[in-house]
Amino acid sequence: MTYVNDRFYEELVASFSDWQRPELEVADVATRDECRRLLEREARLLDEGRYEDWLALYADECVVWVPAAERPGDPRREVSVFFDDRQRLEDRIFRLRTGKAWSQVPPSRTVRMVSNVEVFRAAEKLMVRSNLLLAELRAGETRQLAAWCAHRLAHGKIEAKQINLLERDQSLRNPSVLL
Amino acid sequence: MSTSIFFEHLVQEDRVHRSIYTDPLIFELEMTHIFGGVWCYLAHESQLPRPDDYLTGKLGLRPIIVVRDSSGKLRALFNRCTHRGARVCRETRGSARTFQCPYHGWTYFNTGKLRGVPWPEGYACDFAEGKYNLAQVPRVESYRGFIFGTLNADAPPLGDYLGAAKRPIDEWLDRNPGSRVVVAEANRLKFKGNWKLAYDNAADGYHVVFSHRSLLETENRHAADPTKGMSFYMGKPDEAPMYVQYFGRGHHFKDKRPNVERRPGALWEIEGAQPGMAAYEKLIRERLGARALRALDLAASEPVNINIFPNLSILGNHIQVFQPLAVDETESVWYATAIVDEANELEGMADAVNAIRMRTQESFPNFGEVDDAANFEEIQKGLAACEDEWVYMHRGLGIPGRVQRLADGTLKAPATDEVFMREHMKEWQRLMTTRPNIQLSR
Ligand code: FES
Ligand SMILES: [Fe+2]
Repeated sequence: MTYVNDRFYEELVASFSDWQRPELEVADVATRDECRRLLEREARLLDEGRYEDWLALYADECVVWVPAAERPGDPRREVSVFFDDRQRLEDRIFRLRTGKAWSQVPPSRTVRMVSNVEVFRAAEKLMVRSNLLLAELRAGETRQLAAWCAHRLAHGKIEAKQINLLERDQSLRNPSVLL
Repeated sequence: MSTSIFFEHLVQEDRVHRSIYTDPLIFELEMTHIFGGVWCYLAHESQLPRPDDYLTGKLGLRPIIVVRDSSGKLRALFNRCTHRGARVCRETRGSARTFQCPYHGWTYFNTGKLRGVPWPEGYACDFAEGKYNLAQVPRVESYRGFIFGTLNADAPPLGDYLGAAKRPIDEWLDRNPGSRVVVAEANRLKFKGNWKLAYDNAADGYHVVFSHRSLLETENRHAADPTKGMSFYMGKPDEAPMYVQYFGRGHHFKDKRPNVERRPGALWEIEGAQPGMAAYEKLIRERLGARALRALDLAASEPVNINIFPNLSILGNHIQVFQPLAVDETESVWYATAIVDEANELEGMADAVNAIRMRTQESFPNFGEVDDAANFEEIQKGLAACEDEWVYMHRGLGIPGRVQRLADGTLKAPATDEVFMREHMKEWQRLMTTRPNIQLSR
């Protein structure tokens, strides 16, 4: 898997900066609805633990990027909460499926709420902004994680997702569910 | 019961009492005897590169501002207004020549000296006297970029405190260009458990193939031979050349380097697959030819754990810091490090090395540490069984020849031995029964 290279990082950083511009906003109801449905489907598949079906929503050359910095910089220069290409997303799923990932044995129950969906057009791609509230029940306690998310879509697939956790620069308790 | 008899009962040759992990009064005492009594790690110099740079943190539970003052001197100020006690600085980090308390406006220089108070004519006292300056940690020293502080006037010099641990720290730094690293953001975790659970784990070779089973299986899922990551723990880890060493003063060392062949590229070969490895490896090999392997090793995880009591662990390429929050809650921050290549030893490839190194460093906190933290939380829950009083750490105890005392007085044992834990518990017991000579300066 060789697609994560300087060009990939540069395009990623560029496409996730300065994209929420009013003149790029998509008003077309059908497009907006298609995006919303994709995000809702993603949330449902994750909540149901259907990880392989979830990963099928992603382009072959994809990334899920969860920055750790208050103001995220270039991921080549700083660590993220995680920065997963397809292989590491597959690793993540494989790890959970071993049954020996003790942070997820027994697995957390989750409910994801996706809202405030706004769609922007950038060249041939769509950039979708949404808010995520994830409720997680684990060992008798319910906790919440909040984030705003940016999905970059092309040809109906998710190419890149940035998850901006409210607590991205705070210490996280057991961050082991798929995001 | 006198304090020393009490603590002798809690720490025995082969076991410790559950209450040292669960009792809020013992925790409170630790904040004075341990976190007030010894050198504690505060920050890395690369986080404060310029005069006036600061960051806020804690020494035990005391809120502090670690600052490089305007003259360049490193200080650790109590982040506690002398007036009525409010935290003066509420930012995580920044640059400031003065700090103004938002409550009534008392203002301090970044040396801690009081600069002024609003409407001083309303006071009869002399503010120049010094007693209204911010309190500060009287001794702040740095060892090769690692900043430590102690409140204890009787603590030995920092270099003596680190003692035999300096050698592996030197080696850890000297493998990098310019013999240094800089901090590059962090993976921040917390768990509902006592801070010592993390410190006990820091050189624990016994848990690896169990607690980290999912990581080992994941890293090796494509390999014909399972050789990636910490696979050398499989089979008979006590017969492997790695070892655990106890340095004294609570510091210990897990050295896994002897498991890896001493040749360029050997570390790189056992690194699990991480984003960007293939593309950057190609780039580095094209540029550096035969010297590429040395550069690639810098992107791989250094197989050591250097644990400095009570709150620092230098492991892989990480600077891990343990921060107690409460008797049953601890933060564990994994600061990532990047290389800096001012002399251009790597012919422009330092950025490529760092691009891989950031991804390799995300791996363990995500795929390994979360499972340990889950186990720490389960210990804390298990210890609620109050009649079942003892926690055992006697692996290796009483087996002739298993633990060697070396000429320098340090102890060496096979990788899964718990001797390091028994020894840091003895040190903990000694500190808990010794009153530190705590002094503040202003
Ligand atoms: S508490 Fe700081 S000025 Fe009053
Ligand atoms: Fe571990």
